[in-house]
Amino acid sequence: MNIEARFRIDKGDFALDVDLGIPGQGVTALLGPSGCGKTTLLRAIAGLESCRDGFLQVGDMIWQDARRFVPPHQRPLGYVFQEASLFAHLTVRGNLEYGVKRVPKTERKVSVNKAIELLGVGLLLERRTSQLSGGERQRVAIARALAVSPEILLMDEPLAGLDLARKQEIIPYLESLHNELDIPVIYVSHSPDEVARLADHLVLLEAGRIKAAGALGDMLTRLDLPLAHGDDAEALIDAVVAGHDDKYDLTHLDFPGGRFTVTRKALPVGHSARLRVAARDVSLTLEHQSGTSILNIFPATIDEIMPEGIAQVTVRLLAGDVPLLSRVTRKSATLLELEHGKSVYAQAKSVALLS
Amino acid sequence: MMPSDADLTALAITLKLAGITTLILLLLGTPLAWWMARTRWRFKFLLEAVVALPLVLPPTVLGFYLLVALGSQGPIGGLMEALGGRPLAFTFTGLVIGSVFYSMPFVVQPLQGAFAAIGRRPLEVAATLRASPLDRFFTVAVPLARSGFVTAAVLGFAHTLGEFGVVLMIGGNIPGETQVVSIAIYDHVEGLEYAHAHWLSGGLLLLSFLMLITVYALNRRFRLVQP
Repeated sequence: MNIEARFRIDKGDFALDVDLGIPGQGVTALLGPSGCGKTTLLRAIAGLESCRDGFLQVGDMIWQDARRFVPPHQRPLGYVFQEASLFAHLTVRGNLEYGVKRVPKTERKVSVNKAIELLGVGLLLERRTSQLSGGERQRVAIARALAVSPEILLMDEPLAGLDLARKQEIIPYLESLHNELDIPVIYVSHSPDEVARLADHLVLLEAGRIKAAGALGDMLTRLDLPLAHGDDAEALIDAVVAGHDDKYDLTHLDFPGGRFTVTRKALPVGHSARLRVAARDVSLTLEHQSGTSILNIFPATIDEIMPEGIAQVTVRLLAGDVPLLSRVTRKSATLLELEHGKSVYAQAKSVALLS
Repeated sequence: MMPSDADLTALAITLKLAGITTLILLLLGTPLAWWMARTRWRFKFLLEAVVALPLVLPPTVLGFYLLVALGSQGPIGGLMEALGGRPLAFTFTGLVIGSVFYSMPFVVQPLQGAFAAIGRRPLEVAATLRASPLDRFFTVAVPLARSGFVTAAVLGFAHTLGEFGVVLMIGGNIPGETQVVSIAIYDHVEGLEYAHAHWLSGGLLLLSFLMLITVYALNRRFRLVQP
């Protein structure tokens, strides 16, 4: 199942012109500055934004073409708005059941109870919506969208209105959706940090147009895109827990380019985990260093080098096809004679485990 | 002394007139207010001005035009006669028609305000939760606009109770058919029957006051409940 979307929307001072293919699985993030058209694109997919010139196919369902426009209430989707937008005249339970009642029994794949359990809202059911905290409201809104058994879940910056503590409260629930349900998600965000934690694919929007789209790991390390530059440039690596070192309390995680060793995490063997390696934490050597405290050293090939300011360069490396970034000085790059195709060793001084 | 039978009849006619008028206005005014709250039609202001006209127009002016239209020489009254009926002037039906125009802004404006205050978002949410447009209207818009409905019903009812000029112009003063309380009071004062006038005036004052208390108390509660 794939999603094909072509829209041309002209709102006078703003125009959206996109032609986009989105994978029908995992989380696709639409990332861009505010006003770039992310929300308009998401609303057009939901049918909330009318647009005469458009085409939209989700799997084998055509939701819009030159002759047809399926109205939003006939599209099997779930939508989470930026503000929770709960119905003030209904209790939490009434909100959760509103959509389910309107879905034919044969199409109900996610039960209300499953949605309640996934978002941890079981204790809130009899409350009025005005008695909920911001984080609780947004969890109820997500559960409400899931309970209609959507073929696709659209989320418009569901964390934008929340403070850091509330975000930390909700992100684990979003991650668990990803693992427990096989529903493709399109997630609008302007926060690279949220995207790093939640997304598999990334679409970069700028001024109503698509700047680039692709797998998240590739997009973050593409030197022709802004994400690979700046102080917090980073690579994401999907790895699998290979085992634990009981003697030193460490956890080993394997990825196609080698093995990471990090301080022990309470994760079962076989569990998939996402690692974050910042470009500034990766140094390069020509020979495999011994006598170093650094545990995470991988053989890699230099793919591309680009200047970063006047004194530094950003290097894109491939460690067993997995891209990594390294930020080194221009002087080091010259002394080591770094160039495309050269074999080096990448040393990661610090690694963060995201999930 | 107690109010006379004639006074009680006038009161019954008044309540019946106000009740029927309010019902008709809620039925006609709800779709009109819904449309006016959501349309982006550029000439909407014209319709809004027409709805608001009875607020500023002397009731005698409104009554005069209705009398002309509903009388046997007028377009509507003439049509009724041609169809074998009788002209609507000086009938209870004529009073209802006059009251519907007269009290229209008191029903349409609170409804329009309440619908506009809901905004588009709750209806969009309902659409993404599989609710059809009609379903959204009854399960989201109407419940969220309930304070607007209470306000509209009470103001429409109370305002019709106090009608005088329009009734006098098109209903005349036929006891048992078109004589309402406000006109009975006028008659009593003309005839220097102040005791009767007191009964009716006091009753109308109390009734109106109670209804307005209800509206304001409910609106306060609704505001407290809604975030």
